Amino acid sequence: MMRVGLLTPLLALAFVALALFMPATAPFFHWLFPENPRPVFLRASFLELTLAHAELVLISAGAATAFALGVGIFVTRPAGREFLPIVGALAAVGQTFPPAAVLALAVPALGYGEAPTLLALFLYSILPILEGTIAGLHAVPADVREAADGLGFSSATKLTRIELPLAAPYILAGVRTSTIIAIGTATIGSTIGALSLGSPIVEGLAAENTAYVLQGALVVALFAILVDRGFELLERRLARQSRSELPASRPRRAAAAAAP
Amino acid sequence: MSTADLAATRRTSRLALHDRVALVLALVAAAGSFGAFLSIAPNRLADGRPLTLWNVGLSQTAIVLALLVLVFMAAFIGDRTWRSGALFASGAGLLISMLLIAGTAAAAQLDPQEPARRIALGSAFWILFSVGVLACFQGLQHAARIWKALLSLALAAALIAIAASGELNSLSLAREFHAQRATFPTELLRHIGLVAAAVVVASFCAIPLVLAAVYRSGARSAIFTTLNLLQTIPSIALFGLLIAPLSFVAAHVSLAREIGIGGIGAAPALIALVLYGLLPLVRSADAGLRNVPANVQEAARGMGMNAQEIFWKVDLPLALPALVSGLRVVTVQSIGLAIVAALIGAGGLGTFVFQGIGEYALDLVLVGALPTILLAVAADALFQIVIANVRSRP
Repeated sequence: MMRVGLLTPLLALAFVALALFMPATAPFFHWLFPENPRPVFLRASFLELTLAHAELVLISAGAATAFALGVGIFVTRPAGREFLPIVGALAAVGQTFPPAAVLALAVPALGYGEAPTLLALFLYSILPILEGTIAGLHAVPADVREAADGLGFSSATKLTRIELPLAAPYILAGVRTSTIIAIGTATIGSTIGALSLGSPIVEGLAAENTAYVLQGALVVALFAILVDRGFELLERRLARQSRSELPASRPRRAAAAAAP
Repeated sequence: MSTADLAATRRTSRLALHDRVALVLALVAAAGSFGAFLSIAPNRLADGRPLTLWNVGLSQTAIVLALLVLVFMAAFIGDRTWRSGALFASGAGLLISMLLIAGTAAAAQLDPQEPARRIALGSAFWILFSVGVLACFQGLQHAARIWKALLSLALAAALIAIAASGELNSLSLAREFHAQRATFPTELLRHIGLVAAAVVVASFCAIPLVLAAVYRSGARSAIFTTLNLLQTIPSIALFGLLIAPLSFVAAHVSLAREIGIGGIGAAPALIALVLYGLLPLVRSADAGLRNVPANVQEAARGMGMNAQEIFWKVDLPLALPALVSGLRVVTVQSIGLAIVAALIGAGGLGTFVFQGIGEYALDLVLVGALPTILLAVAADALFQIVIANVRSRP
């Protein structure tokens, strides 16, 4: 794991440098593509593109997380258990739908631009988070639940103090999958008119300007990798925290002490 | 009679809600049916004018209403078998009547004065159709596996028969399909060929990686870190990153050019799909091989097997379900990623998607997107059947 520790800051440095100072690479791309009169994408700055890209992903992932958490909690409560099979099946089948196809289907519904991209990203992001929430809440051991009941926890307290903390790693894994897919799909969103880091790639492919393609691809690849590394760190921190604190162990111990 | 039994009789004797899913489905369908059932535009570019279900006709509205009432009433049927039967019947009825109503209504809207007129399916159609699918799912939930399979196949056959009969030919989606009939089979085959090639090549490339990950602990973390990194890169970016080096190779190595390797086309698409396929394959094979119980290996050793025999006769058969589920993930994922490959000239169904987006021909987008979704869902179902069979074998 030491190698990862060195790799991530280097990638972050490369990402920040490219996002801020892409025009400075003009001599390099000019040398690489001598017959290309415009070797650097200048229609929008790469900082602007990165921010637009991040905005698409943040809005859709945030809304999808809130929605998926709500639905996931509902279908694992006694009141909503009836809906679990159909919701689980929808989440499973929905994930076999290609993200690019969902993006394409949003065009007939909403036209071109940011709106259909956001809709597609939101709809697709729900599914992995929903699956993670349901799996995480189901993975809470029955004895922990019973111990919480035995302590007289209300169902709301049990949910927020016991079940959600224990399900957090699964939920976070779902959010991670969703976010990485959303970053990739937002890149393709440039084909339906959304401004994102995919814009230089799509324009470069259309105009046969390989330099644009390379620039967009490099920055968006670094962006996706860094976000993924961020989630990795978050997951490790969460694992460390639950090892040292063990929210489950408190009621367990208390229940054991209460037993005759 | 215990109090519980008493409560139960009281519950069945009165009207009681037994399936809230059915109730929600009926309400969603009722709300959705107010939208546009069809949308009629004078040509490809103009916006459509909506045609609601009751604009289509009174008898058609009555049929749909009756089916929705049946879904609604099914929610109150106490007996599970009857409730499931009613739900499946109304769901199947909804699917079949949706297609027939849309087909005949579209035919009635054709106008010889306006040959470019396009009749597209509207939101009410899609909502009612989706509710039909979900009602069928809910109805089949408690059925035996054989019934599930038979009834779904029969329903799918009925829907395909309606589509094949020419009943839907007036819809712009069907007309778009018809317009593409010369190229559609080619692109479909290219799509499937690209996916198949990627899965086969990725499987072969995965073998040494799996062996290294499982049997050499030092290589494990490096392999997974690298593959995870690759998996994270957005598809269109990986395609893009491969264009420059491959066009360099094609420009300087004539042999490479002769066998079709270039910056644009199938070569970068295939390489990217293979790279994406490695992580799911290696991850599932690794999990499968490492989860072989130690006592089983112990027993095999006790029977006098050597390490190689244990691998072929014990480890591999036990890891088989995991290996197949890895193939499932890669196949479904590649079918989706291959859409994007059309952007770099690799062909496939994505050609229609991006051509449609470029020409503002939304039905053309559907000609590419719907078959890809069907392909992915079908591949997924097929692999699930294979996995179930592999698991159930002793």
